[in-house]
Amino acid sequence: MAMAIRVFLSFLLFLSLTNLASSLYEDQVGLMDWHQQYIGKVKHAVFHTQKTGRKRVLVSTEENVVASLDLRHGEIFWRHVLGTNDVVDGIDIALGKYVITLSSGGSILRAWNLPDGQMVWESSLQGSKASKSILNIPKNLKSDKDDLILVFGKGCLHAISSIDGEVLWKKDFAGESIEVSHIIQSPEVIYVAGFVGSSKFYVYELDAKSGELLKNNHIALPFRTSGESLYVPDDKFLVLDDARSKIVTININNGDINYNQKQISDLVKDSSGQAVILPSRLPGLSALKINSQVLLIKVTNEGELAVVDKIDNTAAFSNALSISEDQHVFAFVQYEDNKIHLSIKDVNDWSRDLLKENLVIDHQRGNIEKIFINNYVRTDRSHGFRALMVMEDHSLLLVQQGEIVWSREDGLASVVDVTTSELPVEKEGVSVAKVEQNLFEWLKGHVLKLKGTLMIASPEDKIAIQKLRLGSSEKSKMTRDHNGFRKLLIVLTRAGKVFALHTGDGHIVWSITLNTLRKSEDCEHPVGLNIYQWQVPHHHALDENPSILVIGRCGPSLSAPTALSFLDAYTGKELNSLSLAHTVARVIPLPYTDSTEQRLHLIIDFNKHAHLYPRTPEASEILKHEFSNIYWYSVEADNGVIRGHALKSNCIHEVVDEYCFVFRDLWSIVFPSESEKIIATVTRKSNEVVHTQAKVMTDHDVMYKYISKNILFVANAAPKASGDIGTATPEEALLVIYIIDTVTGRILHRMTHQGCQGPVHAVFSENWVVYHYFNLRAHRHEMSVIEVYDQSRADNKDIWKFLLGKHNLTSPISSYYRPEISAKSQSYFFTHSVKAIEVTSTAKGITSKQLLIGTIGDQVLAVDKRFLDPRRTLNPSQAEKEEGIIPLTDSLPIISQSYITHSLKVEGLRGIVTVPAKLESTSLVFAYGVDLFFTQIAPSRTYDSLTEDFNYALLLLTIVALVAALFITYVLSERKDLQEKWR
Amino acid sequence: MEKGKGAIGSTGRRWAVDFSDNSTSRDILDPPGFSRASLDQDDSTLSRQKKDAESNWKSQKAWEVAQAPFKNLLMMGFMMWMAGNTVHLFSIGITFSALWQPISALQSVGKMFEPYKDAKVELLGPKLLFIALNLGGMALGVWKLNSLGLLPTHTSDWVSSLAPAQEVEYSGGGLNFS
Repeated sequence: MAMAIRVFLSFLLFLSLTNLASSLYEDQVGLMDWHQQYIGKVKHAVFHTQKTGRKRVLVSTEENVVASLDLRHGEIFWRHVLGTNDVVDGIDIALGKYVITLSSGGSILRAWNLPDGQMVWESSLQGSKASKSILNIPKNLKSDKDDLILVFGKGCLHAISSIDGEVLWKKDFAGESIEVSHIIQSPEVIYVAGFVGSSKFYVYELDAKSGELLKNNHIALPFRTSGESLYVPDDKFLVLDDARSKIVTININNGDINYNQKQISDLVKDSSGQAVILPSRLPGLSALKINSQVLLIKVTNEGELAVVDKIDNTAAFSNALSISEDQHVFAFVQYEDNKIHLSIKDVNDWSRDLLKENLVIDHQRGNIEKIFINNYVRTDRSHGFRALMVMEDHSLLLVQQGEIVWSREDGLASVVDVTTSELPVEKEGVSVAKVEQNLFEWLKGHVLKLKGTLMIASPEDKIAIQKLRLGSSEKSKMTRDHNGFRKLLIVLTRAGKVFALHTGDGHIVWSITLNTLRKSEDCEHPVGLNIYQWQVPHHHALDENPSILVIGRCGPSLSAPTALSFLDAYTGKELNSLSLAHTVARVIPLPYTDSTEQRLHLIIDFNKHAHLYPRTPEASEILKHEFSNIYWYSVEADNGVIRGHALKSNCIHEVVDEYCFVFRDLWSIVFPSESEKIIATVTRKSNEVVHTQAKVMTDHDVMYKYISKNILFVANAAPKASGDIGTATPEEALLVIYIIDTVTGRILHRMTHQGCQGPVHAVFSENWVVYHYFNLRAHRHEMSVIEVYDQSRADNKDIWKFLLGKHNLTSPISSYYRPEISAKSQSYFFTHSVKAIEVTSTAKGITSKQLLIGTIGDQVLAVDKRFLDPRRTLNPSQAEKEEGIIPLTDSLPIISQSYITHSLKVEGLRGIVTVPAKLESTSLVFAYGVDLFFTQIAPSRTYDSLTEDFNYALLLLTIVALVAALFITYVLSERKDLQEKWR
Repeated sequence: MEKGKGAIGSTGRRWAVDFSDNSTSRDILDPPGFSRASLDQDDSTLSRQKKDAESNWKSQKAWEVAQAPFKNLLMMGFMMWMAGNTVHLFSIGITFSALWQPISALQSVGKMFEPYKDAKVELLGPKLLFIALNLGGMALGVWKLNSLGLLPTHTSDWVSSLAPAQEVEYSGGGLNFS
């Protein structure tokens, strides 16, 4: 059998040698892959609906995307993903044709062409200190037919021409210690206002044309303020004192500054809670939030305050929208007994509702966080309104006339973690009619295909063929398939929402916002952390549903309270949720399951206690059985220490806790902090399957791979060279690579790369690790491979030992045997810088591997592992060539056909996940970032199945023709025989 | 075709005379001048001579048959040399036919020498030679198989199917969540 496999594999190798790149034909695009485009959680939105033509909304998001969306369907007209460090601070429209964005802390201003998103100009604004960045595009500030853009960023105020982005004038405020919070423009004068310290309010008046300082005024308040201030058009500011008990109106009328103060308790009776000024900009009005109540306060021209209304249970306020010269409206959303009310009111005419609608929004979307409104003129000349809503789960809705016109699931732009689940098994009893129809369809489809093969298809037929191929209902079925291509991708987003995506076409099967990860009083900033497979029912218990463990935390610090949720993978129902009494620093899924196939997990808390889940006596029993074999290591990147720990005993608080354990420290590796700093660690995937422990060399010799799951790859850089590329000289830079056994703490291999620096991206699989770094001497990126072999098994060479079964190669091994290790390594240049590296994984680990490299261009490149073979030599012998060793080259080739994302881009690529299909040749690949991309790849081509476009009809036709020919020739020969006999 | 017609003739015809049948009990008298006794008399000496000649011929033939695989062997050797040492359809076909031919020949070794079976003919020698030559052919086939690398004679052939060893310890961990 092994022989057969070998013959077969060598044959395959031969096949694959002939075609190193497995590429795709144009008509195969979209057949097995799908691509979804997202933008992320919207921060700012600007509508552009004037004039006729396409109505659109321009948005900037937390994923640093600038996009123009179709207001009718929510589709993306155009989109630009700025870099991760290029945070968008403001977006607006200038001249009616440019979209202006301010980003990177107020230092980069760009103009994009409104219809097609082409960049028109970009100007980089210099400044000396970090500050709040403000983008202000005044409607009526002109200089020579040119609209001015006012930008405050990095302590400087710039006036910029909106035609070409030229800086017309600049005023530096870095010298003054003012924290500028407002830029206000009145026709001729620009006011720059802000606090110095916490109680002095400064106002600078500048000439709008030249930027000259006209006046400098300030007022000292007799108390400290809370820092936040609100501008109330036209000339007032509202500030709270630091106890949040007083509300102060600062009036800057006609160059004089004066202030009025008022106790909040005078405005409202129950003012026990913290008051917060909402940042909605409304003329003559301000909104003050106390507890869950919002006070709308009228600010009179004299600076007097009067409560106009109290609104309970409000969720979101919009900015004011001016619909005519003197009419300003705004919208707010109110929650009342599970109903959502959207109200739009006039700022000046408080009594009348312009619009009051009840909305029905799926409660899975959570609360409404932001609302942007836009108006349109109906046929009867009255005003209609549409509202763009940003929900708690980061989705985006457009509401018009009480209906959701469209929605976008933009939470999927911030995927945090991914796992997979099988689909349910197909039930018996498919109706006959369906089969018949399918049979007819099947035949029709194949006849069409046959036409295509024989090149007699008309253009309409060709379209029909393509449609048939793309829209195969087989793809998106909700049941398991024979080849294991159909699965559920379960993704956790930053908003704490869990989605299940179908691998066939990427549609959302279910989604759930976890209650434990909802924003609440106790949980201010919930974040989703990780997602694990909790229970995967065995083959014989197919009626049970698998379940998923989701770990989330309230807030970014390690000590924030943590919650576990258990979800049913088929339905998305929350089975159980636990709020943990301890913190979560690390989760270790153990390789043991209990009788119900629940996986045992150890959760390590901040105080280095381990907690066992599930908390059942059975799990505890299993752990006790394996007690001495469970180890744990911690990487302290800041201290440069890696420590190994082993379980010691139960925790003893007041009583003995069965499910809590303390550790004893076994070993520690302390790296010299003056010369090395940990920048990357990588270990093997726990679910990786390895087919064989031997590597066969050309001369039938055997090398034994060192296949251990307990090894860790650590990359250390010199502290001086741990910054960006270019900040260190080659002499300062140093990259040290370690391969460490995490049970015993033994350093198995150590290597230094002189003159190299990070960032290091690495992937560990079987017995090899591939890592990517920058070589400062060569000014190029490099990729290195290290293969680790076990020398202590090398003497297993006597064939009689194998014949008689007298070898110890399958007996359990322990790290304490101190195996002898040898490592081979080789480095190659690589053109791209890299965002992520993954390796393909297949069901049995027989198929050769490909590295999947997420390039800087947001594409995924598949590189054969054979290119990263340490045994490549300049002139491989004939035998080595036959084995598939490629002649040595100094750099890795980039074959443009081997981009698995073909012409698409996975914008903002952050991670790649590979999942084995049931079919050995095939691996499923999911790449995520702002976009999602999924495809199937076969590193050694699909040797174990016919390709999708295999023509069954042609085969059938051939068989029929052959049988007919056989029959006819038989009859003919019989006849001839008879005639022969009669002669 | 011709044989078939003859067969049909022998059964279908109305009458027939069989000249080979020389039994005495017959209706028709012997022709005048024909002496049956004299014929019987020198028949014995003649038949002995004939038999000797036949057994000689048989043993000669048997040796010939026994040596026949030698030519085959040479032929096979040449073919194998032509096929080369890489695994592909041609070389595998030749190798397997080289293995199959001797096996099928050895299976029918009795049948092969059936026609030359005689009390006086010593068939053991030719048979042994025949078997030896065929075994030689088979050895050639096996050697070829080995040189193609299709025989499990290396450790690598045995190790590949062995599953990796289980590990006793389990270690997890890494960086903390941030």
